[in-house]
Amino acid sequence: MRRFRRILIQLLPFIALIGALLIGAFILYLQNVDIREAYTVMAVGAFGSKNGMADTLIKAVPLLLVALGIVIAYRGGVINIGAEGQLIMGAIATSFFGVTYGELLPPWLMIPLLIGIGTTAGFLWGAIPGYLKARLEVNEILTTIMLNQIAIQVSYFLLRGPMLDPDQVAQGTNVPQSARLPRAVDLPRMQVVAEALGFDQTTKELGLSEGWRTEFLGLFLDSSRLHVGLFIALLMTVVVWVFMWRTTIGYRIRAVGQNPAAARYAGIPVSRYTMLALALSGALAGMAGAIEVVGLHHRMFEPTAVSAGYGFSGIVVALFGKLHPFGAIPASLLFGALLIGGDKMQRAVQVPNVMITALLGLIVLFVVSSDLWAKRRLEKLEKEEVA
Amino acid sequence: MEELSLLAIVVGVAHSGLRLATPYLYAALGEMLGQRSGVLNLGVEGIMLMGAFSGFYVTFVTMSPWLGLLAALVVGMLMGLIMAFVSITLQAEQGISGIGLYLFGLGISSLLFKTMLGSVEGVDGFSAIRFCVSSDFCLADIPVIGEVFLNHSIVVYGAYLLVPIMGYILNKTTWGLNIRAVGQNPKAADSLGVSVTGVRYACVMIGSALAGIGGASLSISLLNIFQEGMTNGLGFIAVALVYFGSWTPRGVLFGALLFSTVNALQLWVQVLGLNIPSDVAVMLPYLLTVIALALPFRRMAKPAALTRPFQRGEN
Repeated sequence: MRRFRRILIQLLPFIALIGALLIGAFILYLQNVDIREAYTVMAVGAFGSKNGMADTLIKAVPLLLVALGIVIAYRGGVINIGAEGQLIMGAIATSFFGVTYGELLPPWLMIPLLIGIGTTAGFLWGAIPGYLKARLEVNEILTTIMLNQIAIQVSYFLLRGPMLDPDQVAQGTNVPQSARLPRAVDLPRMQVVAEALGFDQTTKELGLSEGWRTEFLGLFLDSSRLHVGLFIALLMTVVVWVFMWRTTIGYRIRAVGQNPAAARYAGIPVSRYTMLALALSGALAGMAGAIEVVGLHHRMFEPTAVSAGYGFSGIVVALFGKLHPFGAIPASLLFGALLIGGDKMQRAVQVPNVMITALLGLIVLFVVSSDLWAKRRLEKLEKEEVA
Repeated sequence: MEELSLLAIVVGVAHSGLRLATPYLYAALGEMLGQRSGVLNLGVEGIMLMGAFSGFYVTFVTMSPWLGLLAALVVGMLMGLIMAFVSITLQAEQGISGIGLYLFGLGISSLLFKTMLGSVEGVDGFSAIRFCVSSDFCLADIPVIGEVFLNHSIVVYGAYLLVPIMGYILNKTTWGLNIRAVGQNPKAADSLGVSVTGVRYACVMIGSALAGIGGASLSISLLNIFQEGMTNGLGFIAVALVYFGSWTPRGVLFGALLFSTVNALQLWVQVLGLNIPSDVAVMLPYLLTVIALALPFRRMAKPAALTRPFQRGEN
């Protein structure tokens, strides 16, 4: 019984998700939409086919990276609402250098360099609120939100001016977007990787047809948009875990986040680690932006379309994953699927996909509200066990 | 465009500056009330969007902006109830639950807009009062003073009236004393028989009602349209204004005017076609917010219990 209750507490985020989906069902009902059809379209759209799965995983990549950043900040005692802006700065920096110098170095050197540049841009953009918080005690929530808007305008300025696509000028359309990055620096797709590893047959050539397994294998063997950014994000999850839980710097960041007074007493320079936590958080968002550019869009365009709300949905992912790097992996898959499913639902049954935004908000509210309840429950259980 | 005289430009900027301060004022004064009681409500942006939509929709259907305003007030208050329940009763982390409320408001207002209206419509909202004394003379026609000050809608005047009202409530009434006590030292307030929970609920809900009105001021008084996400970060700036204004109505008024004037200037820069990139101009208010927040002399009088949930018999 006790164990059951403990498991129940661990499953709270899922209860929140189910609650949100039920409210979503109610919204669908109010709009006279067949609830079962709508949710079936969502699930099939996100998982049912090779392309659906590819879309879900492609969305999960930036979600996971942003969420990892949120986890670092949160563990360091700061809330980073600025991932949106940090991602945009990463994307614009990467595309600027990619367009200008993309062919200067061989791709195997250039691609990591470009991702590094985006990561650095995010790091610096995150360091600004970090500095303001650490040195001047300025509320980081407010500054990160303002820096989002500033990042949007900075990239518009660059896209309309120095970075404007020459093709757009030639056609006289002047849509604010950059030129395409050289194809050489496109992040390899899964099929290319599979071929390099010796799996050079497509599913059809292997004699597979129909069915879930074919679709899944097709993700890697056939042509799909899925790129190796997925592996980078998974690798970063491990890196973040090792960094936060197995290194001194990570330990200090967590110490500062848990009890700044005690950390200061232990001789940890609190303000430096607060700043570092926000900067690293920004670095991961910047990396997400860089990967979106080299892996998916291959150019920079409308900044809010590139960031696509990941800065906010990444917070939901981090919370849902219990603010742990490994928890963020399934959470990013789930919310990637939810976002893709929402798009498919919009097309199939004409329910605006903004419903998903509302559901994300509800999930955040549910998860943070159940926190106290869960904490009290666990404390009570522990007391019972001691007694 | 060079035909415009300097005086006309100054009058134009001053007039739109006063006008555009309206949503900032409602939202920031409401937010200030909540924060003085110890609750940081970061969901203002979402509440304003809900207020903007409900105000617009009711006005659109009933043709009565007053009913629209009432709807915005009620919807804002309901959104405030959610925030209050989550942050006060369930003691959730206020920064993050505010973001949840924002996403919820953004999603629902856009959803309702898409399903109930479908396209951007116009509406006859509150019109400017011109203070006409006779059929051919209105005070609004008085050069400069009349043009700048006496040509606004009731919603705009209401925002400015709210500044002294809020100051009076906070500083001269028992209720205001209770609010300040709850925000500074909830334990002491509680021991004196003040209901910390009750005061905080009231402050957050009234504050949210004001945020709802602030949103509606955009959709049925200033712009008379509704668009998805039309507040565009204004609600977050309103939260920043409370910090900037050191938690006093006068400070908030000063901040709101500063911001709206920068905004008005920014619009006029675009109208006049000056050689400043519009992106830089649009960026200005946000940049100004960051700089303003960093100014050292603005870091005072923060309610001591801000963002700290209260639990009897703890700490």
